Amino acid sequence: MEHYLNLAVRSIFLENMALAFFLGMCSFLACSKKVETAIGLGVAVVFVQVLTVPLNNLILHGLLTEGALAWLHPSLAKIDLNFLAFILFISTIAAATQVVEMAVDRFAPKLYATLGVFLPLIAVNCVILAGSLFMQERDYTFAESVVYGIGSGVGWMLAIIALAGVREKLVYSNVPLGLRGLGITFITAGLMAIGFMIFSGIQL
Amino acid sequence: MQINSTRYTIVFIVVLCVACSLIVAASAVSLRDRQEMNQKLFRQKNVLLAAGLVKPGEKLSDREVMEIFDRNITTRLAVLETGFLLPEDRLDPKTYDQRRARNDPALSRAAPPNAAQVMRVPNYGTVYQVVKDGTIDQVVIPVEGVAMWGTVYGFLAVDKDGTTVRGLTFYDQKETPGLGGEIGNPKWQALWQGRKAFDENWNPKLTVIKGPAGTPADDPHRIDGLSGATITSNGVSRLMAFWLSREGFGPYLRKLREGQG
Amino acid sequence: MADTGVMGRAERGAFLEPVLTNNPIGVQVLGICSALAVTTRLDKALVMGLGVIVVTAFANLAVSLVRNYTPNNVRIIMQLAIIASLVIMVDQFLKAYLFEISLELSVFVGRILTNCIVMGRAEGYAMQNPPWISFLDGLGNGLGYTLVLLATALVRELLGAGKIFGLTLLPLVTDGGWYLPNGLMLLAPSAMFIIALLVWALRTWKPELQEKD
Repeated sequence: MEHYLNLAVRSIFLENMALAFFLGMCSFLACSKKVETAIGLGVAVVFVQVLTVPLNNLILHGLLTEGALAWLHPSLAKIDLNFLAFILFISTIAAATQVVEMAVDRFAPKLYATLGVFLPLIAVNCVILAGSLFMQERDYTFAESVVYGIGSGVGWMLAIIALAGVREKLVYSNVPLGLRGLGITFITAGLMAIGFMIFSGIQL
Repeated sequence: MQINSTRYTIVFIVVLCVACSLIVAASAVSLRDRQEMNQKLFRQKNVLLAAGLVKPGEKLSDREVMEIFDRNITTRLAVLETGFLLPEDRLDPKTYDQRRARNDPALSRAAPPNAAQVMRVPNYGTVYQVVKDGTIDQVVIPVEGVAMWGTVYGFLAVDKDGTTVRGLTFYDQKETPGLGGEIGNPKWQALWQGRKAFDENWNPKLTVIKGPAGTPADDPHRIDGLSGATITSNGVSRLMAFWLSREGFGPYLRKLREGQG
Repeated sequence: MADTGVMGRAERGAFLEPVLTNNPIGVQVLGICSALAVTTRLDKALVMGLGVIVVTAFANLAVSLVRNYTPNNVRIIMQLAIIASLVIMVDQFLKAYLFEISLELSVFVGRILTNCIVMGRAEGYAMQNPPWISFLDGLGNGLGYTLVLLATALVRELLGAGKIFGLTLLPLVTDGGWYLPNGLMLLAPSAMFIIALLVWALRTWKPELQEKD
């Protein structure tokens, strides 16, 4: 139990996808102008992440790793299909994004309109693929994948909501012309990242 | 066929997938041998670095690494629980992959709760015996454990007296460069040489402390800490404690001291 | 040079524009994720940049070649399949020929797959343009991305470790020299600040790029 709690805290704060690894930056920067939009996108990302990381874990261990195909036929036990990981991962991600997109369209059409093209772009959001790649690299079990999926998604969501909060206030500041928009957002995100480093001492 | 018809779409997708798979598989298969050779050589080079047979930064061709390795190293497997060496006909030490065995339930067991967060222990550990003039001069054992950003993997070289450290490398780590990543710095690794792994009662004693430690003569069990990298340093101390203990290579190193390693 | 042909004006434009005035990172705001973690050292940044150049250029080429045969509703899947295959091949190549670098880059190479630049150019340019000019566009965007990467890595490696491509220029205190390295440069947020400064410089040079709100 403690192990999973540790993993959750690590993936939300210590290894925050947006502020420690700087993943998912494109939509992080583009959808953080208003807190409402940020919340909407954040929740969608959490859903896709929770769906894809455990699913990809099953695919990895059921189909791809060496010896995984043994359940199909013992003679196939020698096959190592690890190099197909990227393609299969991105396929589940594309499918999960499609599902979430349809759900958002059905249950929250206003949000669907606000997010526009960034909802399908979750499919190529670095956070999602990186979640699956980290899961593969660190050899997580299925349970760990679920926890990691939730944690990493929630962490990214927290970061984008926080950034949106700051940006809403920045509108009232006198930012130099060349730094307006992109530049000042980068600097803000950088400062937030340094702030998040205070979590690096935590261990449960 | 119409481009947007269902039938055409299906044919298109099938052809696309087959074409991509063939090209990708062809490149994977044709490069696989080279990749495995790279992995093997990299590991061999790090064993040699730990043993001091190769100097850090020394430029060697692949063939030279293989030659030096084959000339000086005998690879054996130790039964971790008892410390005895496994007879060579039971399992081939050269093809045994300790990392993979660690996850195979037939070749490993769950580790008791430990501070290094090692989850499973393989039944057999690879030991690299460095042979000089016909007898064992030192051995190199693999060590691993959780540091700050992930698991770090290294090799510890121990003298035939079973306790004096001859060298150390960390070859696979994801620690912060300049901070925890300094465990990969040969200058810091050199600080380990001459320290003693065990105390008089054969308890593992190597610890990375905060701040500077003395010379190996004055401070046989402690090593200088890495500034700004407390978690990494603690991780290293803990993994050393584990792999030198009864759960790891402790029994084997004791047998080594008694001349049976 | 002539106005048409292999390197006519349109072709030169397709290649040169993304390098600066339409730079993917500084202007189009694409490809930022991978830019930040690989810029601690110049050799990592260079290899990553080359990987992106190869994938973007050849993905553009392949997508453009197939664009007229692709049914509308499988467009994205087609692009992803091509890009994924190229990324896998680059990864395999690195593991075979540049092993020690691949150890540090492997997680990032996989992420070229989701690098917005590649998808963005495939969907936004290669789907509407002939193969050769698409290839050039891919090269140009990859090059623009690599330049930003190299500029950032230059600052970070020099100020953070005193080295350029592993060669010591500022001897570190820990090696017996005088330079106390700037620890911030080794941490990821510094890349954000450096890129912000680069964007500021670019937008001061070309005021038409500034955001008016």
